[in-house]
Order: sequence, then C-alpha cells, then structure tokens
Amino acid sequence: MSLAALRRALFIGLLGGLAVWHLSLVGLIPAFAQRRLIGETVTFSYALLVALFALVAHATGRRYAGALQRVAWGTLSALSTGLLVLALALIVTQVNLRQIFLNATPDLARVLTFGAGVSPAGVLRTILIAAVAGVASGGLGATPAPWGRVSVFAALATLLLGLLRDVLGPILPSGLVGFLYGAAGLNVLGAAVTFVLFFLLFALRWSLPGRAGTGRIIELVPSPVRAPVTRLAVILFLASVPLWAGLFLSNVADFVGFYILMGLGLNLVLGFAGLLDLGYVAFFAVGAYTMAVLTSPEIGQRFTLDFWVALPIAIMLTVFAGLLVGLPVLRMRGDYLAIATLGFGEIVRLLVLSDWLKPYLGGAQGVTRIARPQIGPLRIDSPQEFYVLVLFSCLLAWFLSIRLRDSRLGRAWFAIREDEFVAQAMGINRVTAKLSAFAIGASFGGLSGALFASLVGSVVPASFSLLVSINVVALLVLGGMGSLPGVVIGALALVGIPELLREFQEYRLLVYGIVLIAMMLFRPAGLLPERIHRRELEEAVEEVREVAPAEIAPGRS
Amino acid sequence: MALLETRHLTKRFGGLVALRDVDLAVTERSIHSVIGPNGAGKTTLFNCITGFLRPDAGDILFAESSIARLRPDLVAQLGIARTYQNIRLFKHLSVLDNVLIGLHPHVRYSLIDAVVRTSRYWQAERAAEREARDLLAYVGLAGKEFLTAANLPYGDQRRLEIARALALRPQLLLLDEPTAGMNPQETDEMIQLIRRLRDERGLTILLIEHDMKVVMNISDLVTVLDFGEKIAEGPPDAVRRDPRVIEAYLGRGAASGLGTSMPMQDGEAQPHATA
Repeated sequence: MSLAALRRALFIGLLGGLAVWHLSLVGLIPAFAQRRLIGETVTFSYALLVALFALVAHATGRRYAGALQRVAWGTLSALSTGLLVLALALIVTQVNLRQIFLNATPDLARVLTFGAGVSPAGVLRTILIAAVAGVASGGLGATPAPWGRVSVFAALATLLLGLLRDVLGPILPSGLVGFLYGAAGLNVLGAAVTFVLFFLLFALRWSLPGRAGTGRIIELVPSPVRAPVTRLAVILFLASVPLWAGLFLSNVADFVGFYILMGLGLNLVLGFAGLLDLGYVAFFAVGAYTMAVLTSPEIGQRFTLDFWVALPIAIMLTVFAGLLVGLPVLRMRGDYLAIATLGFGEIVRLLVLSDWLKPYLGGAQGVTRIARPQIGPLRIDSPQEFYVLVLFSCLLAWFLSIRLRDSRLGRAWFAIREDEFVAQAMGINRVTAKLSAFAIGASFGGLSGALFASLVGSVVPASFSLLVSINVVALLVLGGMGSLPGVVIGALALVGIPELLREFQEYRLLVYGIVLIAMMLFRPAGLLPERIHRRELEEAVEEVREVAPAEIAPGRS
Repeated sequence: MALLETRHLTKRFGGLVALRDVDLAVTERSIHSVIGPNGAGKTTLFNCITGFLRPDAGDILFAESSIARLRPDLVAQLGIARTYQNIRLFKHLSVLDNVLIGLHPHVRYSLIDAVVRTSRYWQAERAAEREARDLLAYVGLAGKEFLTAANLPYGDQRRLEIARALALRPQLLLLDEPTAGMNPQETDEMIQLIRRLRDERGLTILLIEHDMKVVMNISDLVTVLDFGEKIAEGPPDAVRRDPRVIEAYLGRGAASGLGTSMPMQDGEAQPHATA
C-alpha cells in the first residue's frame, strides 16, 4: 500500500474517465447506445463503457505480479473512472451545456448510468458495474497464460457478431438467424452459445503445440497458405462470396478489393522499396479518369472504346505516371519524398477539377456513363458480377507481388529500403530499382482506379482526395509494411468494417486516429508483420530445419 | 603490376582539402594498408574510389581504365567491393539475403523469368544460393543463413560484411577498419581471414586500419595520410621508423624521444597534437 501505487491507480482511472468524457461529449457514446448487441439491454455503448473500465483496470493491474494486488489496484482504478462517469452524468442533468456540447443531454446521463438515470439506483449500478469489470479484468489478467486472452477474444467476437446482425442476417440460413438473433443484436441464449463456441475455438487455437501462450491476434488469421489444396480452398471460398453475399456486402467487398489493390501497389513502393509515397491517389485517379474519358460518350463523342481496350491503356498510362513521379524524386528520401509525392497527388486532383481541362476531364461534375465490361454475351453489371473481376485482379496483384519479391529486383528493393548507399555499392542501379518500384506499384493503383470507375459508372474529383492516399498508407501501417496478408487485413479493418458500420460514419476518423495511435504504441510492426524474408527453395528450408528449428517462422508473409 | 592507381587525386569539401594530390598504386594480390590520424582522409579516399564522391582533380585507374567518373553501382560491377567502418549490413534481412544482394550483378534473368519462374530463374537462383552459402561457409558463418543480420554477434557481422562484399566477385576489396572493436582473439581470426582472401582467392586488398599490430602484421605496403596528403609510403618496418609518421601521430618532438618503438598499439590512434 504505497502512495505511488495509489497515485498511479487514480491517475490511470482519471485518464479513463477523461476518455469517457470525450467520447460522450463528441456524441460517440449516445450514438452507440442506439445499437443493441445482446438481448434488450446490452447496447454498443454499454459494451464500450465496460470495456473501458476493464482496460483501465488492466492498465493499472498489469504491473503487479500478485493476483490480489492486481485485482485490488485495478478495481480501484476502474472505480475512479466510474466516479468520473457519474460526475459527467450529474453535470449534464444539472447544468445545461447544450449550447456548447450538443450531446450533453439527459439521455446521455441515462446511458452513462446504464439505463437507470441519475438516482441512487443509477449510482449504485454504475459503481457495481465498474467494480465487477475491474475485478474481472484483474482476475483474468492473473489467470494462467492463454485463458485470459481467450476469454477476452471470445467476448469481443461475440459482441462483433451482435454488431454485425444486420449484415449477417440476410446471409446466414434463416434457422440459424432465428436461433442466434433477437429483434436487435444477439438474443441472450444466442450470445451464450456464441461465446462458448468462440471460447472453445480460441482455446483450441492457442493450446495447440507450439502456439500456446503466444496469443497474438495474427494467429487468428490463417497464415499465408502454402499447400496447394488449402490455397485452392481459399480461392474457391473467396470466389463464392457473390453467391451468398447480397448486393450490399458484395459492394463492400468490391471496395475492399480496390483498396487491397492499391495497398499491394503501394506496398511495392513503400513496403518493399521503402519509398514513402503520400500521393498514391494520383495513380488511382489516372486509372479511373483514363477509363472514364476513353469509354464515356460524354467526352469526345466521336469515339468510345470498349472496357477491355481501355483497361490496358489505363494501366499503361499509370505506369507512365509512375515514371513521371519517380524521375524527379529519385534523389529524395524520407520526409522530402513524402512532401514531393503529396504535391503530385494534389496536382492530379486539381487538374481534374480545373475548368481549363473541363472539356476533356469533366471538371467538378466529373464524367458519367462509363462503360461496363462485357465478356462474350455476358455483361458485367452488378457488384456481385464485378466482384469476380476485382478478386481476379487482387489475386493477380498478389501473385505478381510474390514473384517480384522473390526475384533479384525484389532483393534490390529491399536493399534500397535498408540502406540506399550500400545498395549502390553492391552494384544495384538505384535509378532502375526505384523507377521500377514506382511504375509497377502505380500500375496496381491504375488497375484499381479503372475498375472503380467502371463499377461506379462515374468519376468526380472528390473521390480522389488526399484521404485516399492516407487510407492506403494507414492500411499498410495497420497490416504491417511489406506484408501481403497485412494489406488484406488492413483493407478489411480500415475499409471493410467502416463500410459495414455506415451509421457511425461521423466517428470514423476519430476511431481511425485511436486505432493508429494504439498500433504505434503496442504493435508498431503491424498486425501481420513481415517475417524475415525467407526463400522458398525446398532444400534450403530442409537444411535449416536441422540447424536451427527455432528460427523457422511458420509461414511467409 | 598496379591494379588500382590514383593520380594526383584531390577532393575538397568547401574550404577543407580532404585529399591533396594523392598518388597511390596498389599492386595486384597485395595487402596495402592506409593509415593516418583521424580526419586524414582515409575514408574519403575509399568513397572516391567506390564512386560515391567525385574527385575534384586527378584520376583513378582500375585495371588501367579510369573509374573516377563512374556511378557507384558500375564501379561495384567492375569488381571493387568494400566494407564499412561502422558496419552497414541490411539489418532486417536474413544473413543469406545479405549475401544474395551482393550477388545482384551476377544473377541474370529478366522480369518475365521472375514472374513465370522459368528454368532460367530457377537455375540462376539456385546457383546464387549455392554461391552465397559457400561464401558464408568460407567466412565461418555456415548454419546461420536464416538469422536476421542484426541479431548476429559483432564479430559475425564483420564477417558477414566481408562475405557480402565477396559476393560481388571483386578483384579489389576495400576494408575500412575490419578489426575495430574486436577483442585480440577476434582480431587474430580476422587477420587470418584477410590473408586467406589474398592467398586463396587472389584478391587485392586495400585496408584502412588503426590497430598498428594488424597493420604491421599483414601489410605488404603501408601508405600514411595526414591532412589529406600522403606523407610516407613503404614496407611496414620503414614506415614505422619514419619520423614524419611519428610526428603526425604524436606531434612535433615526439619523434626524437620514441625512436623505433611504435607507440600506438591498439585501437584509436592518438589525436593530432601539433599546431
């Protein structure tokens, strides 16, 4: 019982409380209260509050070895957060802050007191919940290796399933939906069953030999597939998506695909060759506008090209654009390169927006009536049909990425990323290595843009804002620079999930920021970090197994 | 016959003359050391030879053709490899990949070969891998191919740097303080390795070194630089006794008292005491 420990516990509790204040006043917590996750009672915002209590307790408790201390200090921390939550509830009921904070309403007070309102019962309820969350968090932290983690992940997975009710509802068999889900979110029985299933699944996953206790989120994701059978199964599953996913989900999948393509492209430039390109959207725009201008009857009425003719032209033009960006910035590194490419991205956006080029590029109204692809008699029209094209493009880009990575060019990129000076002293031509990274990386972006334009049917300058570049960089950071599965995970997390939770659109950037800060603090290498670059020559792998089994990573990334 | 020659080599950085009129002739299959106090221009000399710095005057001849205006990667491809004073490995890559990158100019296939994985790709990659493993075994790193370079112990990192340089299949190897920071046993092993490089592989070695024991032990010829100028050259014994050299290291007046015993035994040379 030391003063320092007490101060620490209260300080972390205070931080948690401030987080709740912030999230409440910007409206996140009241908005989340609209969404029920389990039964009639557990809403998204209650889950968030409990998670925050638990997180605060964990942050305080984790430095103590003894279970009792862990629980005691953790609970104290959570309780102090609870008091701050109550304080906010009291303030918003007593003082009218709505002039400044739109969300400081009595409704907020009800959410913060878990539905009870500011009354003795409400106070008791909040305190109790905070205490229980604190004790549970401390207790789980003290349990032997995988179990605490297994429970937490099972709980999170259950909540996620509840959150995605509206998305999964139309897809799953109706019997299952009736069993699991209620009017909104999971029903209580469904939640219990789901939790137990996830618990068993994760427990199995983490207690397998060689994996016990590693407990990394990355192991939830199938490691990059190697055996042809698994590979085929994964591809078949991915190809089957449009069969069971509805219009909405296929549309989301298409957009995730566009970002995967861009992510793979930027990965060559940034992940492999280490060149920070903040204007990647330029290539997306060049691809999209080339497709638009060449196939839409609105511009240059004389001729419109077929999708399949326009596509290779779009890709070639983006390769050219890649060289155009690459040439002047060859000598730049790091920050300077970032700023220069940032400028290039803006130049492209301003060009397509300009009145000067309006006769050719459509100006602010953009271009509509862009052609859809046609394969024989089959016209590819709906998002479901388009998905096949997007999937094929992604697989192609993935394949090319791997083949290039495992070639002399890939090694040259890695060398330049690691130490440009030494790379040159190893006989690597800096100019060709960098330009090829820019050009090939750009082509993936161009392909993505061309497909995007064709699916949406129109392009407007607003679709090519700086935010797209930032998204692509962010998804690489989230997934892990240089890691191909990381690109997919990053795109799913940063593009897929937000698309599924459209109603919380306003808070998208807020959550982005929180996620990225947390990443930098806790997993700076990304969710699926690039493993040490190993080679695939079979005899090589065998030989090392004899020498140093500990050094073998289970898969490639 | 001189494999490498510099003629009146001069390099200025603003007002500072880093190299002034340096004439150097490195005989084929010899071990040639360059010594001199800190800031004497030794590393600048290396950077000029390898094409990273363009000389302001003078010329550099390698196998009798001028390389003074060539890009660094072309100089490397001609057969000049180097190591660095502060080890500069590709830290996050595997030991094997470090060496494979060194083989870059000798792995020949097109992008199409790489994408389709033609037999040419496999042949070239297999051959490269074999050569890389041989080189690693040669410097004593067999069995460590898949460790991350940054995780190697210090001495092994130096060895890896040499293996990577050898991967270029050079004729001339520039070693910048290969024994810096090593204990006596590691230093002895490094001396053995350098000798083997010349005797078994027929390499010509140009060496920057501060450890006088090493220099005196393995050099065929020693060149002394001071303030960018060559002040002495000759076999180790002659250089050791040269009063100008002792003065450069210890300052004026020291030469008379110390006579023949070389005072700078280990590690860093003494700083300039003159002026």
